[in-house]
Amino acid sequence: MLLWNNAGVIISCRIMPAVALSTLVPGEAATIAAIHTEGPLHQRLLAMGFRTGKRIEVIRRARFSGPVQVRIGATDILLRKNEAEKIMVKKT
Amino acid sequence: MKRIALLGMPNTGKSTLFNRMTGASARVGNWPGITVELLTGKILLGADMVEIIDLPGIYDLHGFSEDEQVVRHFLHDNVPDLALIVLNATQIERQLSLLLQLRQLNLNMVVLLNMADEARKFGITIDTAKMAEALGMPIFLLSAKYGAGYNEALQAVTKALRYTTPGMAEQLRDQLEQDAHIESEMARILKHAVDLPARLPDNLTDQLDRLMLHPWLGLPIFFGIMYLLFQAIFLFGQPLQTGVNDLFAWLRDAAIVPLLAFLPAMLQGLLLDGIYNGVATVAAFVPLIVLFFLFMAIVEDTGYLSRAAFLMDALMAKMGLDGRSFVMLLMGFGCNVPALMGTRVMRSRSLRLLTMLVIPFSLCSARLQVFVFITAALFSPKAAPLVLFSLYLFSFGAAILTALIFKGYLPNSDPFVLELPPYRFPTARQMVLRGWHEVYHFIHRASKFIVAGVVLVWLLTHLPPSAAPASIDTLAGVIGGWLHPVFAPLGINEQLTIALIFGFVAKEIVIGSLAVIYGLGGEALGGALAHQLDWVQAYSFMLFTLIYTPCLSAIATLRNESKNFGFMLFVIGWSLALAWVTSFVFYQAARALGY
Repeated sequence: MLLWNNAGVIISCRIMPAVALSTLVPGEAATIAAIHTEGPLHQRLLAMGFRTGKRIEVIRRARFSGPVQVRIGATDILLRKNEAEKIMVKKT
Repeated sequence: MKRIALLGMPNTGKSTLFNRMTGASARVGNWPGITVELLTGKILLGADMVEIIDLPGIYDLHGFSEDEQVVRHFLHDNVPDLALIVLNATQIERQLSLLLQLRQLNLNMVVLLNMADEARKFGITIDTAKMAEALGMPIFLLSAKYGAGYNEALQAVTKALRYTTPGMAEQLRDQLEQDAHIESEMARILKHAVDLPARLPDNLTDQLDRLMLHPWLGLPIFFGIMYLLFQAIFLFGQPLQTGVNDLFAWLRDAAIVPLLAFLPAMLQGLLLDGIYNGVATVAAFVPLIVLFFLFMAIVEDTGYLSRAAFLMDALMAKMGLDGRSFVMLLMGFGCNVPALMGTRVMRSRSLRLLTMLVIPFSLCSARLQVFVFITAALFSPKAAPLVLFSLYLFSFGAAILTALIFKGYLPNSDPFVLELPPYRFPTARQMVLRGWHEVYHFIHRASKFIVAGVVLVWLLTHLPPSAAPASIDTLAGVIGGWLHPVFAPLGINEQLTIALIFGFVAKEIVIGSLAVIYGLGGEALGGALAHQLDWVQAYSFMLFTLIYTPCLSAIATLRNESKNFGFMLFVIGWSLALAWVTSFVFYQAARALGY
């Protein structure tokens, strides 16, 4: 959030902090800020369309802390909680 | 012969297209450089026969998943004359990356944008002319399911095959390391040729999922669907299986017995009770396999299997398995054989092996027959259902225990990042072809093994010729005698030990073999068993029957599907060990408690 004074000088600058994708509740949308994964998982996420700056929406979450269903573009993807914790997002 | 490789991401309808092109002529085959079998089919294109290879669906040509490695190695060792790339038009903004990666290989390529009809519904417009120009390769819109655009695509493929493939760079990986370039090119082509709506309209899939994946209703609906499937396979499968058995019995009495009448009795026995019965055993599985895969095709092709993974994952992940394993485990309660074959939907080898290790513990319908007979003979009508229920609990318990013990040895290397495809209608053609492929595969691969096993058991129970069949004087009886010290601590006598040797072939013949061994049938056999055994011995026998090797057909399937003789031996060894320990602990504990 940015606040200006009368002269147009920024007096306060509060950037929305990035949170883990796993903390989002169903219905919330966010922008991917960082993907902290490596190796095969990282490749797979990139190929599935996970890119920094892309819009991601949490559709639903399975019971008993099961997987989370997210939507990027036209693709719905299931992720386990472990994986969702490694993806940082900024709420929009 | 020229070769066409089908390439694309999972859920693009690649296999539907493959089936449309090759029909029932497809076969599995081995290829240099890779260990998995691939489906191939030969078709006439123009004036020439060409071979089409269905490569596994991949997300990324650089990826490290097993499928991605298979595709890389295949392309490296078997350069195709043409690569037919299938893309899902509804996900074009994501799928383009794979196409651009493939383009760098400098192969002869034709691109098919599949599910064009679905993309239109989403409001996605693709200018194929502009895209073809930007990419420098022919692009066609297609609906593989309904066949629209199919003929034009086939013509283009025929035309493209006339040119020789420019060749394939040796330094595949080096060429593939150009992600940054791909990203910018993707953006350029998308901006140029594709019009994507900002937000996709709410569609039928979303509405259906609100119910099917409901936080409270999802699981009950899942179990309801599984129950219905199970019942349907039983309802249609059992009469068909009985019909096949009756047909074989009729053929035997009407034609084969008179035909062989001139042969000596021993040889007649070998041909009829050995080889012919072996063939009949194989045939009896055919209706079950066809039905199973008809229904599995519905579950899988509609997209419900991924939903099952979503619903069950929280519980199954703790066991190193996933929701799809659970579906196969449940289906194993009907018959282990098709359930083992069905594990092919799992693309990670270790996940598949772990699932194949636990499926044989599912209390299948053949074992149920044994348990129903024995509980009816030895337990009161009040206690019998409880006894049966407890056996189901042991069945689940053995599966869970096995998964927990071995999950560390078979770690799942593929990340659990699963696509949730929209619901789709499966086509009848697709379902029938699937059933036919699976039956062909089973007969082709398992029949020799099963017939050999049936013959071996026949020889064991009929040699030497002087001994009464299946008596203690036969080879089986001698082996039973040797094994007696092993089975005595479980309360299992010599006659029951011989029956367990029969049970190795198929659980359906355990009761029949007991009838031969005791020389009694039906109620009289039940009475004799009740007279000779107490309930602790009978329960111990049932526990052993439940947990040890399911049947020869399951073993043959395990070997085929794992392509690993050692793994098959391991499954047999582990189940025997677990069966022995379980029966031992139960029997000795019950005796120690004074029962």
